[in-house]
Amino acid sequence: MKPPSLRRWVPSSRALAVAPPFLWLGLFLLLPFLLVLKISFAELQFGIPPYTPLAQFQEEAVQLSLHLRGYILLFTDSLYAATYLNSVKMAGVTTLWCILIGYPIAYYIARSSPAVRNLLLLGVILPFWTSLLLRVYAWVGILRNDGLLNKALMGLGLISSPLEIYRTDLAVYIGMIYAYLPFFILPLYANLVKMDLRLLEAAYDLGARPWQAFWRITVPLSAPGVVAGAMLVFIPCVGEYVIPEMLGGANTLMMGRVMWNEFFNNTDWPMASAVTCVMVLLLLVPLALFQYNQVRAQQPGGRR
Amino acid sequence: MKGPNKTLRALALGLGYAFLYLPILSLMVFSFNDSAVLTSWSGFSLRWYGELLRDDALLSAAWLSLRIALLTATAAAAIGTWAGYVLARMGRFRGFALYVGMLSAPLVIPEVVLGISLLLMFVELRGAVGWPAENGMFTIWVGHVTLCMAFVAVIIQSRVRDLDRSLEEAALDLGATPLKVFFSVTLPLIAPAVVSAWLLAFTLSLDDVVIASFLSGPGSTTLPMEVFSRVRLGLKPEVNALATLFILAVGTCVIVANRLQWRKEARK
Repeated sequence: MKPPSLRRWVPSSRALAVAPPFLWLGLFLLLPFLLVLKISFAELQFGIPPYTPLAQFQEEAVQLSLHLRGYILLFTDSLYAATYLNSVKMAGVTTLWCILIGYPIAYYIARSSPAVRNLLLLGVILPFWTSLLLRVYAWVGILRNDGLLNKALMGLGLISSPLEIYRTDLAVYIGMIYAYLPFFILPLYANLVKMDLRLLEAAYDLGARPWQAFWRITVPLSAPGVVAGAMLVFIPCVGEYVIPEMLGGANTLMMGRVMWNEFFNNTDWPMASAVTCVMVLLLLVPLALFQYNQVRAQQPGGRR
Repeated sequence: MKGPNKTLRALALGLGYAFLYLPILSLMVFSFNDSAVLTSWSGFSLRWYGELLRDDALLSAAWLSLRIALLTATAAAAIGTWAGYVLARMGRFRGFALYVGMLSAPLVIPEVVLGISLLLMFVELRGAVGWPAENGMFTIWVGHVTLCMAFVAVIIQSRVRDLDRSLEEAALDLGATPLKVFFSVTLPLIAPAVVSAWLLAFTLSLDDVVIASFLSGPGSTTLPMEVFSRVRLGLKPEVNALATLFILAVGTCVIVANRLQWRKEARK
């Protein structure tokens, strides 16, 4: 053994071990996003690429041109503001429903006996693994005017004319809640199953009623799981494209759709970039909350 | 201790699972419907499965998606395992928060953001160095690996964290280099997690429509892109048939993997 040479070797190997994933993420995640930021300040032009450069060297001077057209349009055209508000609202409502539906499911799974628990968990994981696109597509056949839901309700005599759900905001809500429910249940379950049940026993011994014990012990302790799950639903929902496109109407305003249209239909890349930047800006608080949760989960937490 | 309320439990779980499974079930049932009008039943038939086998556009898209998913899963499993291990074992280093941030961002960030940012980067790169010559399989692969490695890293780091550290420490004490310890002690112990992470990356890549739409080029239409372009306007029976096959395949894999793992845990 040669301790001194070994010790010299350790830090460099550490850096070497950390570097490759870091490099990949820097190159294919951070750098691309900085480019979006840059292009959001460019101006549309015909050619390849279809936007002006940010800095140009001309007549012995570096000319920096920041075009704010995209941002000005975002703040003056009320359609964009309405779209942002509506996206946040739809993602928020979806998250609330996921909490309402998902919490009891996660709770009862976590409190089942191990064999049953495994089976129930499998039932949540299976849709999680199955194609989101195909699962959303399944709702088209259910929600259409001549779809299964309307046929069933009319067959039962509950309604006389079909409910218009397909191609409305309601259909988008149903689709998003359905698609993202497993993303809420799984982290919450992971939290609930680790809870120390002796705390509940202590509460019962001290005379607490079941709902009191639930409300004052289980709910506060499961808060990190709820936050993690809620963020996993809320943040992607704000920028969701596939679900509003498949189930929503032409007037279901969502940011992801606007961005997609600016990019593909209008080929206005600077505008699409500006829409993207403001979307990320809006998501900064929930993103920071999610990251904080993640970083805290990385901490050794008193085990060492 | 008092058990949970039986009626409430049955109600919550029953409704919850009905909500999760009825749509999938209806999708599968109607794939056997003879009529092209998907919402009314006209008799059992396998004709849409036959049409599926003759649908060249779908088949070639499926072949492309399968190749991308295989390459993505393998690369994402390797680099994601690496990243997850670093997260769990390397302690805090300079830039740790940025590292965690970048690694968990793809879990939540809307896919449209990932798609547009990578596309713009490839466009700039092409303008600067003329490479990659055109968008296609390679660019989609890069996008998918970036997305999937985050999911792999989450699975791996939680598995590594649960490992008994003393095994690795014993190997180090016996004179093994850290690299050797990783490959002959840690990796065999986390192998099942790596396999399930590989599978998750595979299905994520096979399912993605948004990132692929941004990063695809001429002649590289993936299966989800093809499916999406057909169903955005309404119901397509051949898609029901495809979905049924897909769900059965995924379901079988997940159930088998779960049973194997469960048996192993029960034996302990």
